[in-house]
Amino acid sequence: MTDLDSYSSGLESKGGDKELQEFLMVEKQKAQFNAQIHEFNDFCWEKCVDKPSNKLDSKTETCLTNCVDRFIDVSLLITNRFAQLLQKSGGM
Amino acid sequence: MENISSLSGVQKDELMDQVKQQIAVANAQELLTKMTEKCFKKCISKPGTSLDSSEQKCVAMCMDRYMDSWNLVSKAYSLRIQRERSHM
Repeated sequence: MTDLDSYSSGLESKGGDKELQEFLMVEKQKAQFNAQIHEFNDFCWEKCVDKPSNKLDSKTETCLTNCVDRFIDVSLLITNRFAQLLQKSGGM
Repeated sequence: MENISSLSGVQKDELMDQVKQQIAVANAQELLTKMTEKCFKKCISKPGTSLDSSEQKCVAMCMDRYMDSWNLVSKAYSLRIQRERSHM
């Protein structure tokens, strides 16, 4: 998304078009959301899906949903703990 | 990009359509690349001289399941974002 980035910051510095700025911000968020789903689906697929069959069985579906939620939990946990460690060590 | 603030309404609409389209293409490409990689891995254990029919069937099914999975993950992620927002 570097193209969009440089583009929208270029607009801002020129005090450019509000409507375009707004539009790009929304599109950027959507693109980031999509990129995140691609990433989640990549590793949750590896974790949860065995041999592809006629449909995803309910066990696999539960696994995929849990996979996303637990990954976010881990991400939050690590972020918080890391922040605590930084604080304890006097910060940076 | 120097005359970006003096675009007419029509030009602006065109530009926005183009951006949307490019994002959609990039998204589809990403999905294609990932599906190919994942389904090759799942379905072709020992590459032979051609794709046999059971491999082809497996790949077709794998594609469908990969997209099911994508939608499911997307739903789980949106729900989580909503939940996190309501806690803030």
